[in-house]
Amino acid sequence: MFDQANTLPAAPGVGYKPQHYSDILNDAGPVRWLEIHAENYMGDGGRPIAQLRFLADRFPISVHGVGLSIGGEGPLDPSHLARLKYLCDWLDPASFSEHLAWSTHDSAFLNDLLPLPYTAATLARVCDHIDQVQELLGRRMLLENPSSYLAFAESTYDEPEFLAEVSKRTGCGLLLDVNNIFVSATNLNYDPRAYVDAFALDQVGEIHLGGHDEDEDDHGAPLLIDSHGSEVADLVWTLLDYVLDRSGPRPTLIEWDTDVPDWATLAGEATRAETALEKVPA
Amino acid sequence: MTQTDFSQAIFDPARPVPDRLTDAADRPAGKRFSVYRNNVTVSLKEALETGFPATARLLGEANFDAVAKGYLRAHPPQSPLMMLFGDGFAEYIAAIPALKSLGYLPDVARVEYAMRQSYHAADAAPLDPAKLAGLTPEALNRARLSFAPAVRLVLSDWPVHAIRQKALEPNAPNPPGSAQPVLITRPQYDPDLQPLSPDQAALIAALMSGMPLSRAMTEVPKADLGAVLTLLLAQSALTDIDVEDPK
Repeated sequence: MFDQANTLPAAPGVGYKPQHYSDILNDAGPVRWLEIHAENYMGDGGRPIAQLRFLADRFPISVHGVGLSIGGEGPLDPSHLARLKYLCDWLDPASFSEHLAWSTHDSAFLNDLLPLPYTAATLARVCDHIDQVQELLGRRMLLENPSSYLAFAESTYDEPEFLAEVSKRTGCGLLLDVNNIFVSATNLNYDPRAYVDAFALDQVGEIHLGGHDEDEDDHGAPLLIDSHGSEVADLVWTLLDYVLDRSGPRPTLIEWDTDVPDWATLAGEATRAETALEKVPA
Repeated sequence: MTQTDFSQAIFDPARPVPDRLTDAADRPAGKRFSVYRNNVTVSLKEALETGFPATARLLGEANFDAVAKGYLRAHPPQSPLMMLFGDGFAEYIAAIPALKSLGYLPDVARVEYAMRQSYHAADAAPLDPAKLAGLTPEALNRARLSFAPAVRLVLSDWPVHAIRQKALEPNAPNPPGSAQPVLITRPQYDPDLQPLSPDQAALIAALMSGMPLSRAMTEVPKADLGAVLTLLLAQSALTDIDVEDPK
């Protein structure tokens, strides 16, 4: 449908942090590709753009948007779309992805990925927005499953069904965040493997892994928070194996956005992903 | 429940959790909604703390927490580009009666916001000093200077440069009693701060407005043009010099 398909290698990548710039150029270890947050590279110039240009000559880059508000009730912000197109045009990334979430309302940007009810109305709106993005960028995008802390009484689809339908209607691919599955399944009390079984794994162009925090809700039930501030939990690695057994190897990213560790620690997580990827036949 | 209800409840902790948000057993979401409230508030507050480190130090933790939360609720970001968040923070601080005794604080915030904009500004090739040196005195008089996109001038009646430095490094010298406007340049990738005298700042402001050199000197006779040009060249603050009369 679109010329620009996802060309990330089915190998480990990491979320790029500027403090790792020299380490990555010196020895990237098992890391074969890098992911950036689109919005951090929408300035006019300076060090962020210079570093990105340099890295993009050496690594496939995945552009991961955190501000498009695909699930927003209002129209997509035309100036933000234009900035995104400018970035994707000059960078020509190996992949572009965004979230099944909303973050902008009435011009206010809330700087978080906020949840959506899975209804026919949401489905129509999300598909319209994805059509608009893919038309504008001239490339197939990936849509990521969110981490959930609550449910909407009005939802009529379950999440894998909803995402499969978005992919079917728009032709977009999916980004499967395995930590998000684990967090949501714990918080909403369902079986994460059943979620994987129901997921359109053939549409998955990228996998995300990250750390989470543990808390409790008002009733003492576990409430996991998707914090990207620690190592990937052992049970999430186990769930990754379950996914890869069914999907085959996929580009697999370690996200670590707060309390960012030194490069050796992050590369160690990427090595663990590499081991998991090498266990499954291509 | 609409996204209007949801976002209003996010920014106003006094509002109840919106209806029909539940846990897995259909009980009201309660604390689960607070995760989103907390994510939004903490991430925006941290963005301000990262962008305004000296302002935060000068306010102290408890005061900064209150000021930042007040600001982010009254003026949530108007763009997904967090590099732009905080435009107007200085004016917000200036309008808080309880902070009137910290008269310099808005100017410190202005310097910090200007540094961030300088950091992300477009790259530009600096002016070749030979082009300036080759001009006759007559040509120099009617010349106009073009400044690099990363240059910012923050005028202030306070010794804002030293106040900022002292806030970040307690061993820095004590601020002088005189005003100290700030010139921000970006010789390569890191914004660089130069304290100015009020006369130097007035001259640079005149030059940045596009005035020919001779007229700028007439407007600010006390400033030393040679010293200012030397500073601007050394900081790669200029991109071009134009001796043509504007059409």
